[in-house]
Amino acid sequence: MNNQSPSLRESATYNRHIIHEIQRAAETGIYDIRGWGAKRALPNFDDLVFLGASMSRYPLEGYREKCATDVVLGTRYAKKPLHLKIPVTIAGMSFGALSATAKESLGRGATAVGTSTTTGDGGMTAEERLHSQYLVYQYLPSRYGMNPDDLRKADAIEIVLGQGAKPGGGGMLLGQKISDRVALMRTLPKGIDQRSACRHPDWTGPDDLEIKIQELREITDWEKPIYIKVGASRPYYDVMLAVKAGADVVVVDGMQGGTGATQDVFIEHVGIPTLPALRQAVEALNELGMHRKVQLIVSGGIRSGADVAKAIAMGADAVAIGTAALIALGCNSPKWQSEYEKQGSSAGFYDDYQDGKDPAGITTQDPELQKRLDPEVGGRRIANYLSVLTMEAQIIARACGKSHLHNLEPEDLAALTMESAAMAKIPLAGTNWYPGQAGAF
Amino acid sequence: MNFDLSQVKLREVNQALHDLPEAGVTETIHLHNPRGAHAVACGLRVAAKIEAHGPVGYYCAGMNQKAEITVHGNAGTGVAENMMSGLVRVKGNASQSAGATAHGGLLIIEGDASARCGISLKGADIVVQGSVGHMSAFMAQAGRMVIYGDAGEALGDSIYEARLYVRGSVASLGADCIEKEMRDEHKAELTELLSKADLPVQIDGFRRYGSARSLYSFKVTNASSY
Repeated sequence: MNNQSPSLRESATYNRHIIHEIQRAAETGIYDIRGWGAKRALPNFDDLVFLGASMSRYPLEGYREKCATDVVLGTRYAKKPLHLKIPVTIAGMSFGALSATAKESLGRGATAVGTSTTTGDGGMTAEERLHSQYLVYQYLPSRYGMNPDDLRKADAIEIVLGQGAKPGGGGMLLGQKISDRVALMRTLPKGIDQRSACRHPDWTGPDDLEIKIQELREITDWEKPIYIKVGASRPYYDVMLAVKAGADVVVVDGMQGGTGATQDVFIEHVGIPTLPALRQAVEALNELGMHRKVQLIVSGGIRSGADVAKAIAMGADAVAIGTAALIALGCNSPKWQSEYEKQGSSAGFYDDYQDGKDPAGITTQDPELQKRLDPEVGGRRIANYLSVLTMEAQIIARACGKSHLHNLEPEDLAALTMESAAMAKIPLAGTNWYPGQAGAF
Repeated sequence: MNFDLSQVKLREVNQALHDLPEAGVTETIHLHNPRGAHAVACGLRVAAKIEAHGPVGYYCAGMNQKAEITVHGNAGTGVAENMMSGLVRVKGNASQSAGATAHGGLLIIEGDASARCGISLKGADIVVQGSVGHMSAFMAQAGRMVIYGDAGEALGDSIYEARLYVRGSVASLGADCIEKEMRDEHKAELTELLSKADLPVQIDGFRRYGSARSLYSFKVTNASSY
């Protein structure tokens, strides 16, 4: 039957995807688990535009005048803050969810352009430490692979309370990805469906967290910046509490943030988008007088230099990328179309990271598939992509007359939709008004 | 070497302990007046004997490597959390999450331990002369726990490969935790652990608990357990 026939009308409520999902659930009796992040349409940075220089603003020459991009993270308490050349970092992704070659690629690429990469659930691999000039060590509820030697080797410590794809949820790594090496690093039997805890085992609430941070600082002799990462649900309060607990850096991950394996219902229905989360986080920092003193990293759906510039204009000090980095490595490339089709997927749709059969060799522990990703080539692709993100952000910043990306400000932005205006508290284009604000025109 | 924490800042004490020579020291180091301070003697990485004279706060001996640390008093939350090796002895009671995520070494609590003792245990041994609170050995992956007294509710919930020995009563077992046969090798293991802990070797009456391994794979029939 021709599904394009004008005589056929698809239900908006029960569209083909919904029908498929109901029937899949009826057949299998289990919820859908997948990778990637939220796929639903959400208000995002595309709904904002920059107000380039004009009569009242003076632009900088695009190919001559300096527009600096560096950022220092961890200036509040750490003896050794990170001084990164660009404000785009690589988000935490675990060895286990990703292959060793993917982790090495991310380290190589980040290092080439002077930024940081991040470990993930499962601990630090020798490859990523070796190839990462700046490596952030995640401190997660599971504490898989957690050891003080690696803590001391890290350049910063990120205490993970949650992630944007699943605020309030723990992790999972299905048995097909628990190889001998992954099992050994996590002290688990090979091949089991592994769960990661959703709560830290030895602290509860912000008062305890303050003491936990003190312990981590004592163990590392107060050298390392301490980040606190939260999944975006109540970022205004979470950021306030993170600052109160003593964070040097707060990371807020919106619901577009990716995951290696999570229930679809969790990914799509829990958390808030990056746009309002960022605005609330900045409000909290401003209210405490800590904006730019406690640095803010935002992640979840950062794809382009425009996204980077908009996030910084709204008040972020830096951004982190995860899904976009995997795409840069070759995830969902048409090159693997025939293999995606064999798995019932297609280039541009592939999200079955949980299966461990990634044709691109990125989200797999299969030794043969991993070989498809050459870490040197992968590193160059990541470096290229990070460079483009940075140059694109610089182009926009210069057009707004800014000699540093951090000089971008909310006043440089306008919103295209009522939703984005309300969420970002950026005036609707052509007005000085956003929903909820009185007395404007 | 002696430190009086009423006179010297904790930071200076911990730094001095971190700066001990790699070969370790034979002289016992005494910490006086800890007065409930947090993070006392955490992050040690050399063989040294440390004695804290008084109660300590959270995370005493956290992430310990090689050192032998004795607390003459009670210990707050997370004593010996994520310990890698060495020995930690609490002469009094321990608060929540004692020995949480510990990978190696031996934690001895001569009094009682509160909730979540041995949570996410990853290979260390814990011996509690008294009782333990609820949710102890939650998601315990590896290592051994010996409890002379009673265990609170939901012992060993979602346990992986850790082995638990309890002499007193168990209020209830958590999901996927079952009683297992106490064979000769387990009696030998228990004897060894009690000897190492320098506690009375009385293995009669101990029962063994571990994982039924029924939650190792996601199955729709286990939905009520997830």
